[in-house]
Amino acid sequence: MAPYDPYLAVRRFGTGLSPNGPVPADAGGVLADLDGPDTLRQQFEVPPIETYQAIDAEIVRLRKAKRVTEDTDEMARLDDAAAAQKAKAAPLFAQAVRARIARGIAAPIGFRERLEWFWADHFTVRPQGGISRRAVSTYWETAIRPNVSSHFAQMLRAVAMQPLMLGSLDQNRSSGPNSRFAKERGEGLNENYAREMIELHTLGADGSYSQRDVVELARILAGLGIRRGAFEWQLRRVEPGEKRFLGKVYGSDAPKLEDVFAAFDDLALHPDTARHLARKLAVHFISDTPDPGLVRHMAGRYRASDGDLTALYAAMLEHPAAWKPFGSVKWPFEYLVSGLKALGVPPERVMAASRRDMKRGFYVPMRLMGQTYQRPTGPDGWAEADSAWITPQGIAGRIQWAMNAPASLLDELPDPRRFLTDALGPSPTSSVRFAAFNAESQREGVGIVLASSAFQRR
Amino acid sequence: MSGSLNRRLFLNGLLGCSVAASPLVTPITLASAPWDTRLVVIILRGAMDGLDVVQPYGDPGLSGLRQTLSRGPEADAVDLDGFYALHPGFSAMKPLWDAGELAFAHAVSTPYRDKRSHFDGQDLLEAGTGMDVPRQARTDGWLNRLLQDVPGVNAQTTYGIGVDELQITKGTQDVSRWSPDARLRLSPQAQQLLELVYHDDPLFRDAAVEAIDITQALSEAPDLEPVENVMMEGMMPVVRGGGTRVAEFAAARLREETRIAAFSVNGWDMHARQGLAMGRRLSGLADIINVLRADLGTEIWGKTAVLAMTEFGRTARENGSQGTDHGTAGAMIMAGGAIRGGRVYGDWPGLSDTALYQGRDLMPTQDIRAYAGWIMRGLFGIEQSRIERSLFPGLDLDVDPGVIL
Repeated sequence: MAPYDPYLAVRRFGTGLSPNGPVPADAGGVLADLDGPDTLRQQFEVPPIETYQAIDAEIVRLRKAKRVTEDTDEMARLDDAAAAQKAKAAPLFAQAVRARIARGIAAPIGFRERLEWFWADHFTVRPQGGISRRAVSTYWETAIRPNVSSHFAQMLRAVAMQPLMLGSLDQNRSSGPNSRFAKERGEGLNENYAREMIELHTLGADGSYSQRDVVELARILAGLGIRRGAFEWQLRRVEPGEKRFLGKVYGSDAPKLEDVFAAFDDLALHPDTARHLARKLAVHFISDTPDPGLVRHMAGRYRASDGDLTALYAAMLEHPAAWKPFGSVKWPFEYLVSGLKALGVPPERVMAASRRDMKRGFYVPMRLMGQTYQRPTGPDGWAEADSAWITPQGIAGRIQWAMNAPASLLDELPDPRRFLTDALGPSPTSSVRFAAFNAESQREGVGIVLASSAFQRR
Repeated sequence: MSGSLNRRLFLNGLLGCSVAASPLVTPITLASAPWDTRLVVIILRGAMDGLDVVQPYGDPGLSGLRQTLSRGPEADAVDLDGFYALHPGFSAMKPLWDAGELAFAHAVSTPYRDKRSHFDGQDLLEAGTGMDVPRQARTDGWLNRLLQDVPGVNAQTTYGIGVDELQITKGTQDVSRWSPDARLRLSPQAQQLLELVYHDDPLFRDAAVEAIDITQALSEAPDLEPVENVMMEGMMPVVRGGGTRVAEFAAARLREETRIAAFSVNGWDMHARQGLAMGRRLSGLADIINVLRADLGTEIWGKTAVLAMTEFGRTARENGSQGTDHGTAGAMIMAGGAIRGGRVYGDWPGLSDTALYQGRDLMPTQDIRAYAGWIMRGLFGIEQSRIERSLFPGLDLDVDPGVIL
């Protein structure tokens, strides 16, 4: 078992080292990143959900107006006005992307950022079009970020009241088989959200549940709906009566939203959920094959604290297996942010980046590395396995970025010999040290440090 | 102290061998391939308007539906057989038609109906299933299922080309992925130093070996005749540009042990001013096919089939902005020396109001998967039962249209 390493602490659990940045004296210092007000959130703003809702509402109004007019010129004018509204969403999206990168760079440690990224992926949404496609960051901002250090049940609730989640997993199309809505329209249950909530968000695919439980949870969830782009608890879709889920009874003939939350509370404290979350965190932050003792320790502390996420993190950080060198591979987003941070790129520079800079320096490299921004291919989010990222294509994208991006971002490149310790801490491996000292140019020296597996691993 | 001597000593000491014999400069070994025939699948994303590409100008209904688009030979479309004419933007393909290396299947569609969403439509096209399989269960693609349990298949057999993973190649069988946009331009020195820092991390080392190998294969001139400005007999000059890089890469791989290449060509969603957009897209697609033909060379092109498929067709009627909206049946483009070309396959449903699907779209008369299925049968000898059970579950292959020679 390896001892605590303050530099590894920031590389593995934060957004990476920066020149002259602070390092926490002990594991408690990492956890302390979650204390106090979220100043980065105020400093680098993600546009609020209301901005998107206003655009949506205006588009709906214009479409309605188009339906009642007969005048073709007026129709064309309304089409143009709707297109102009849609076009407003793109800069909002870009602002959110810049803010998320800037926060990662500006964070002294960045544990909060990393947790937001982790949970955002755990609760992946995949909007299928329209304005919502541009609003994923806002969903993260509202449901995920404020809850990274609360109880897990709280996060489950917050996510379940998000239109993006409900829409992505068809929950807004689900109604109880005996609900008023089902009787009038003949539509019934859609199990999609219930299944993913069990398989992905809580118990895990290997958890102890049956198809019957999936149906029962779908019956419990019926009523979580969307109206005019916002969450709505829709009584007409609710399945009346009692539902038996994982051996417990929920609901009555006087249904209320609290019945749904009661099911979330129990799901959150289920031993399978504890194990699933503990393992997933350990895999993400530490290793594809985490120490079983570490996972047990984390799950135990989580349960003993009634599902407190901070206790879960504390258990991870205090366990000696968390400090074993040679961690898992950074995701492309994390890789880019940690690279910028190590180079000392000012966050203001990111906030002021032009569309062209963002395309060349961010969107295209992300795609080449296999992580098209905010477009995961399944509801299970991005892959955790190192081998999913370090493919020939993926490594080419990473090396290409490492070799080319620094020179385009900085007026003056750092000396590779200094950059080596800026990026990796005071004791880099001998081969990376040799490469940094013996590169033909500053550009290649800096590029090789960024491209090294030591820097690409957590 | 001499830097380079120091470096050499260090490398030798660390690697225990000379740089020249190290893994990064050792070419990957070639294994045997399961077939000799080649397949290229091009997914045309955005829903290509089949009625505009292969214009049924012989149908009396067409001119009433299309006021500015699809005007047939009177608007420079190239007559094919007195009934169909080729969009002028695709005229560079006429020599292939004449040579029997180009064909179309018209009035075809996947089983996808009515919702007309690009995402769902492409999902179904690439999954190869029917509508009875729920979306969450469509986790792999039919090209991947084609490869499963075939002796001799390895990751090199199939290449998914482009930065985005193709659903059609997803599944349990390993396939290779590469984007020609990824360029590893490394100085020899940087390459050696990277090799050094990856040496003790096999995951990084092996991936980098292959990436460098692919890049080198790309940068080396094709070992055929110089293809840059070759004029094939009766052919237009081969035009190369950013859009044909996928074709160049596909051809380079298909000349080695790769047998199947798949990539997408985007931009077929033409709701407005389709005339201009279609011309540009089609000439780009023609360039891609011509580059494939030129770079594969006569022998390999002779055993190649290229299928260009789209998620659905477009409305039979032109809309108010000189474009078309999402429809149902469309056309598939087939090219290559392995196909029986010079003809338009399919049962033509007609374009009268009653013949149209829901009074608005070209009526699908055949499942596009049946063509794909018979082509897999003819090209790779896949048994009919496997096609109907695993490749395209639930499909009735029906009568062989005889596309493969």
